[in-house]
Amino acid sequence: MATADDRLDELEAQSIYIFREAFARMKRMALLWSLGKDSNVMIWLARKAFLGHVPFPVLHVDTGKKFKEMYAFRDHYGKEWNLDLRVDPCPPLEQMDPTLPPATRSAARKTEGLKLALEKYGFDAVVAGIRRDEEATRAKERVFSPRGLEGDWNVREQPPEFWDHFNATLPAGAHLRVHPILHWTELDIWAYTKREGIPVIPLYFSKDGKRYRSLGDEDITFPVKSEAATIDEILLELATTKVPERSGRAMDHEAEDSFERLRVAGYL
Amino acid sequence: MSVNVMTLPLSVPAADRPLVRIVIVGHVDHGKSTLIGRLLHETGGIPAQKIDQLKAMSARRGMPFEWSFLLDSLQAERDQGITIDTSQIRFRTPSRDIILIDAPGHAEFLRNMITGAAQADAALLLIDAAEGVRDQTRRHGYLLHLLGVKQVTVVVNKMDRVDFAEPAFRAIESEITAYLADLGVRASTVIPISAREGDGVSERGERTPWYAGPTVLEALDGFEPARAPQDLALRLPVQAVYKFDDRRIVAGRIETGSLKVGEEIVFQPSGKTAVVKTIESWPVPAAGKEKTLLNAGAAAAITLDREIFVERGEIVSTPASRPHAARRLRVRLFWLADEPLETGTVVIARLATSESRATVAAVHEVVDPGHLSTFESKSIGRNQVGEVELVLSRPIAADPHGLNPRTGRVALELGGRIAGGGLVISVLDGEATRAEPRNITPVSSAMTEEERVGRFGHEGAVVWLTGLSGSGKSTLARALERRLFHRGGMATLLDGDTLRAGLNSDLGFSDADRAENNRRLAEVANFLKNLGHLVLVAAVSPSAAARAKVRAIVGDRFFEVHVATPLDVCEARDPKGLYAKARAGEIRGFTGIDAPYEAPTAAELVIENDKLDPSAGVDRLEAMLAQAGVFRRPFSAGDDAGL
Ligand SMILES: Nc1nc2c(ncn2[C@@H]2O[C@H](COP(=O)(O)OP(=O)(O)OP(=O)(O)O)[C@@H](O)[C@H]2O)c(=O)[nH]1
Ligand SMILES: [Mg+2]
Repeated sequence: MATADDRLDELEAQSIYIFREAFARMKRMALLWSLGKDSNVMIWLARKAFLGHVPFPVLHVDTGKKFKEMYAFRDHYGKEWNLDLRVDPCPPLEQMDPTLPPATRSAARKTEGLKLALEKYGFDAVVAGIRRDEEATRAKERVFSPRGLEGDWNVREQPPEFWDHFNATLPAGAHLRVHPILHWTELDIWAYTKREGIPVIPLYFSKDGKRYRSLGDEDITFPVKSEAATIDEILLELATTKVPERSGRAMDHEAEDSFERLRVAGYL
Repeated sequence: MSVNVMTLPLSVPAADRPLVRIVIVGHVDHGKSTLIGRLLHETGGIPAQKIDQLKAMSARRGMPFEWSFLLDSLQAERDQGITIDTSQIRFRTPSRDIILIDAPGHAEFLRNMITGAAQADAALLLIDAAEGVRDQTRRHGYLLHLLGVKQVTVVVNKMDRVDFAEPAFRAIESEITAYLADLGVRASTVIPISAREGDGVSERGERTPWYAGPTVLEALDGFEPARAPQDLALRLPVQAVYKFDDRRIVAGRIETGSLKVGEEIVFQPSGKTAVVKTIESWPVPAAGKEKTLLNAGAAAAITLDREIFVERGEIVSTPASRPHAARRLRVRLFWLADEPLETGTVVIARLATSESRATVAAVHEVVDPGHLSTFESKSIGRNQVGEVELVLSRPIAADPHGLNPRTGRVALELGGRIAGGGLVISVLDGEATRAEPRNITPVSSAMTEEERVGRFGHEGAVVWLTGLSGSGKSTLARALERRLFHRGGMATLLDGDTLRAGLNSDLGFSDADRAENNRRLAEVANFLKNLGHLVLVAAVSPSAAARAKVRAIVGDRFFEVHVATPLDVCEARDPKGLYAKARAGEIRGFTGIDAPYEAPTAAELVIENDKLDPSAGVDRLEAMLAQAGVFRRPFSAGDDAGL
């Protein structure tokens, strides 16, 4: 009979396989570190895949509006984990498409910041910690997702992907998104974080009856009602909650298509 | 969507629930996405807030309530009421955790259906009761078989459209079960339902009193996860060889079987053998807690008991049960690209982590699974299935699919994009390889390295002289050989031309043969290096990639030296009269004339031979070796008797 531990082992092995495939096939890849629970798990998985090393740069595309706890976390673990950390800023709000709803427009800065960083370093692949269970357009992603020259996602023309054979050939100037934890759920992330003892930003734990389930920019991310103050309590909460994980992320809810528009334009 | 909730009682505790991946397939519009939406709703998986959103989305488009909008998340999908790309959602039955995979039914999106279905342990094949079995019903049924999905349940949907009449259901039931049986697929049950109205989904339909079988939910609860192929022979395809620190680590995933520390293994197609020394992991386990066994599915990182050169793409097995080193495969495949696959088409074949150029040598049988017509054709069109013979440009390790499903299947890439995939029906030309004989135990030399150094006065090393024909490689090598010999050193000259007369007499000058020539030179040079020789190799070796491989084979104490004499000088010298012949067209593919010479970009030394007298070139070679610490007793230039 499969145990919960076997389940985590299986998830981990699949992620390691994806990391190693990407590293073998791409010339210059980087890992996007958003400092949240998912990308911390990703860094952990990379160190498992490469036996303690993260043999490529770790990129933080900084909106400048993260919580101070997130910056403290970055500075501390960037050193402790011996990461080749690159921090690059996002362009100002005024340069974003004014037809986008306000929070969506604010989130679009990250897409543009990412484009600038890709150009600056010449990365041909970026590893991103999105998951299928977070959001319905992410549920349609490939593990290796080739992007257009503008970083755009041609969701109607995605290539076939099966038997762990991935599309890694790109036109010059384009890049690839690699999604090693696409198959994980929020519950998996917490169960694994607990099992492995991965450090966590305290904002995820309840304070005054509220906690953050998903961390983004300070001004467009809101805490949810929760009493969960430990990982065990979070696991219990997730087993019964009906509130979606990204309910505290304003840009997901402004219009039916706001998140799809962001993603087609190159958002994560 | 975070859908974690389930109001149904769970008969099996969370920790022990198997995870099963189930794909829903069938013809376009037959109600696949609707069934998924409905299943989630009936098991309490959709928050009230989400239902309100779905209502608003449907109303905005002037439609009655659409369950399919839960999964059809793209604007284009909702606007056109069609699934474009596959999607997944979590869900629970009383005893299973389930990943439901929605697949598009339109033929235009077959590649997306395959992307979804290839991950599944089991499938529901959905048929519209009013429309009956259609093209994509048949095509999807056929592909399930090819993709190896063995557990199939048929669901006849939209029974409301035929007034829940039993005869309509029975007619479809017998047609589809006969069709699937022909393919060798046994449908476990055929269930009448109305996804939109909720009959037969999680509750027994009152309007189908003539049906006594399971509901959809009960059928899902009976599917089993595909077992990890633990009892098959060991197959560990190499993803990479890492050297981040002083360990040389072979990394990959165990596809089948298991692997133990201390076990003898063989790499195919190279045929090299070694013994597993350690299983590496991070975080580093406490002493005594290191892993000694890995099972199927595990991410592996191992070290070996000896230094051998192996690369990504090779497959680790045990000597007794190794895969073929295949050059020619017969493959049963589905094809997804617009351009047809024909005799002569060149594709990239990917098997596990290996890749090889592959040419279609013959097309045997073509099936249009939509109509189940088989016809004679020289080409396989888009969305068709057929059998082909593939000739590979280099051998790759492969198994017939019947023996090992994981290492018996290939994906084909055309123009940089995956365009098809199929099962290895048989290995047509699998030379039992240039493998070392089985049960070989390499015998190590009686002398230690230090004993040799004591006698020869230097460590073993390989000096690899590359450059155009007539550039002066052999002259330099011979001069250095003599100088070292005079000082009591053990210098050995390996001349490319000389070895071609014997050891390499079976090789010509094609790219592949040249690469093989270099490989053999490198293996011999490395062998002698390890016996303490200073090996001087003189070989044109025009390909940068081939030289990179040489460097990898030899490892440390390797010195690439570019004898950089300009082409016009070489041609003027023309000691063997070869340039003249090449110019006259008598020799084809002559390096520098009608074949490229890729000059090294990071050679240890460049000797501009035309500007130096011969002894100055030898001095520089010697200085290079001295600086690298190869000499262990002073070899001063003054006691040179040879030059
Ligand atoms: N009358 C009736 N209509 C149904 C039933 N199930 C689904 N439909 C309708 O059939 C249409 C197509 O349903 P979908 O679920 O989108 O079909 P699909 O199989 O997912 O289609 P593709 O994914 O595009 O292949 C929708 O308008 C549904 O409301 C049913 O049981 N009865
Ligand atoms: Mg659909």
